[in-house]
Amino acid sequence: MSTGLLDPGAVRPTVLARANPVAKLAVSTLLAVVLLLSVDVVTAGTAVALELLALPLVGLGVRGLLRRSAVLLLAAVPVSVLTVLVGVDSGAVLLEAGPLSVSTGSLESGAAVGLRVVAIALPGVVLLATTDPTDLGDALAQVLRLSPRFVLAALAAFRVVDVLAEEWQQLGLARRARGLGGDGLLAGVRDVAGRVFVLLVIAVRRAAVLATAMEARGFGAGERRGADRTWARPSRLRASDVLVVAGGALLAATATAAGVAAGTWQLLLT
Amino acid sequence: MSPLLSARGWGWRWNARRAHAVQGLDLEVEAGERVLLLGASGAGKSTLLAGAAGLLDGGPDGTGEAEGQLLLDGVPAHEARQLAVAAGAGRARTGLLLQDPQAQTVLARVGDDVAFGLENHAVPAERIWPRVDAALDDVGLRLPRDHPTSRLSGGQRQRLALAGVLALQPRLLLLDEPTAMLDPEGAAALRDVVAERLAATGAGLLLVEHRVDLWVDLVDRVVVLAPGGGVLADGPVGRVLAERGDELAAAGVWLPGRAAVPAGRVRPRPPGGAGEVLLSLEGVAVGRRGSGAPVLTGVDAEVRAGSFTALRGVNGAGKSTLALAVAGLVPPVSGRVRAHPALVGGLAARRRRRPWGSPPPADDPAGWAPRDLVSRVGSVFQDPRHQFVAQTVADELAVGPRRLGLVGEQVDLRVAELLERLRLDRLARANPFTLSGGEQRRLSVATALATRPRVLVLDEPTFGQDARTWAELVDLLAGLCDTGTAVVAATHDVDLCDALAGATWWVGDGRLRTEVPVSAP
Repeated sequence: MSTGLLDPGAVRPTVLARANPVAKLAVSTLLAVVLLLSVDVVTAGTAVALELLALPLVGLGVRGLLRRSAVLLLAAVPVSVLTVLVGVDSGAVLLEAGPLSVSTGSLESGAAVGLRVVAIALPGVVLLATTDPTDLGDALAQVLRLSPRFVLAALAAFRVVDVLAEEWQQLGLARRARGLGGDGLLAGVRDVAGRVFVLLVIAVRRAAVLATAMEARGFGAGERRGADRTWARPSRLRASDVLVVAGGALLAATATAAGVAAGTWQLLLT
Repeated sequence: MSPLLSARGWGWRWNARRAHAVQGLDLEVEAGERVLLLGASGAGKSTLLAGAAGLLDGGPDGTGEAEGQLLLDGVPAHEARQLAVAAGAGRARTGLLLQDPQAQTVLARVGDDVAFGLENHAVPAERIWPRVDAALDDVGLRLPRDHPTSRLSGGQRQRLALAGVLALQPRLLLLDEPTAMLDPEGAAALRDVVAERLAATGAGLLLVEHRVDLWVDLVDRVVVLAPGGGVLADGPVGRVLAERGDELAAAGVWLPGRAAVPAGRVRPRPPGGAGEVLLSLEGVAVGRRGSGAPVLTGVDAEVRAGSFTALRGVNGAGKSTLALAVAGLVPPVSGRVRAHPALVGGLAARRRRRPWGSPPPADDPAGWAPRDLVSRVGSVFQDPRHQFVAQTVADELAVGPRRLGLVGEQVDLRVAELLERLRLDRLARANPFTLSGGEQRRLSVATALATRPRVLVLDEPTFGQDARTWAELVDLLAGLCDTGTAVVAATHDVDLCDALAGATWWVGDGRLRTEVPVSAP
């Protein structure tokens, strides 16, 4: 379970880190949409460079960032390599081996694809690293007006998942204690299926108990009478959040402008 | 004045169930009254609490069908819940605390979790936090508001859930076996907090609990529900317990001053006078996998045939982790658990396969293939459900013998014998997950015995069990020791240790200390 992605860890409370989660969510969505418009080295490269420059504002050190984004970087590398090897060739062919070939064109698209994955993923990593799930829930319900029932149920489900990771380990040991396992891959797959089933049974039971405990404390009882619940942690957008979104927009615009200026920017699907 | 809680011919049937959970119940509870609710399992105690909490809606899209009336202050209970929320004052008529501490935590931070109920009751934000702080203080949880709930112990979690309930200032506390899953210290601490809060607030109490001895001083009235519906006995604690004592004890209720110990063969099993050494621990260190320093180091000890060893110490000291190492389920961090020839027997070369390196030594239980392990060392986990792998009780018992290569009649014979010995014969075709807590415990022990291991390792075998199951387990374990099986049990249960333990392994401060009763030869 330890990808490090959801580990709030030690993050310095900078302006950006303390920005409303909805503002951070808006920035990462905006960057993702803009970067999806074109696959080119200059736009994606500029975006990555600017994002790295903005890192000190986030309060996340390079090491902390690397630890959290290792999984995503590992995804970017094979995607690039694959594009380089089997992508459409253009320009001078540098290497050829059967169906695989490397050309200046495919090298360039490989780099572009890899950089794009990083450029889109980085803001997401920052969002997760600097945002507590509870704060995100508060913001989604109060700023974006998502249904409180949905948001709180999701937060509560988070608690259950926490416990399930431990249960999974116990189940593995318990199956060895029953004499199961140790006879090859096929039986191993069946074994995992059995574990998943028991885990589901346990999860459903836990969820039912949790739902009872939540309802006993008044959860969902106000809805039928049109009464709103209150929020102990008010979440609203401030002037600084507008700045954060504006900064994000500026970053996206700069990257696109660089791509257009270099002549590499080309709208996909045209 | 009308009573706080009043049931008039009340009954409840869950959707998709044919039988009523509760039927024809007449009961009145005055404000401030403290009532202990007893009755056999299946008598509808928990259903009554859920009903009083206003969680049972018999309406068209409800979860079941109601009959008669269940009123709080003269208002149907499920409406009373909604009215309390709509009033916006953050005052609930009832507050419900359930058994499982793990399953009741709603949010990730201590303060947020307590605030949850106040938010639902539409208390203005600025009035929430003072009440949160007061509630945390009331239950003795002096932690910062942003303390992560994932780092709480079971006892702390249960007090946190209680704080969330108390923050709503309920007039009637509904406690559903609140200490069944806590260690003795945690249980006593929770009981004390409840006693103190009841005295301070004058709230009433409706308690379901089979550890009567722990709570008896706190309640002033006992109501015994009849399994078929209605009330079997109702009156002052002393009188009901005196008149119905035998009946209640037979139903598994833990009564004060009544030993649950079965007569006969129960006595401490001296380790020295016992048989040959089966397992020895040599400089063993154990710790949580993948997380830094070991919790327990330098453990030297041995397990002999026919002995009963209690493994004791506070939570987090490494009891369960050491038990896993003894059981050959997890290799120690360093040192070794060595199986002696008497245990290894004629172990073939079919050991746990490793695609790399040399095969593990034949005397290392953690290196054995699962099927070689279960015929030598059996394990019983704290939560029986973790061990269930089959659809019926009978199949569950057949899994082990089949893994040993037994077929047909040999398997049937073992299954039949265990079914009878552990009183599971009527349940042979039931799904293990549908059994009661006591039945699940008996089944999990039976599955371990099915492969006839010479060493049996149990983690909290008597946890949350009623007095009857407890006595049966003690008797069974005593019988196993007598036939030469070595039993190692990680436990908090002082009564169990007094009844059987010849040696006690105390863990604490990262060390293990062996203690043998003076009387043992």
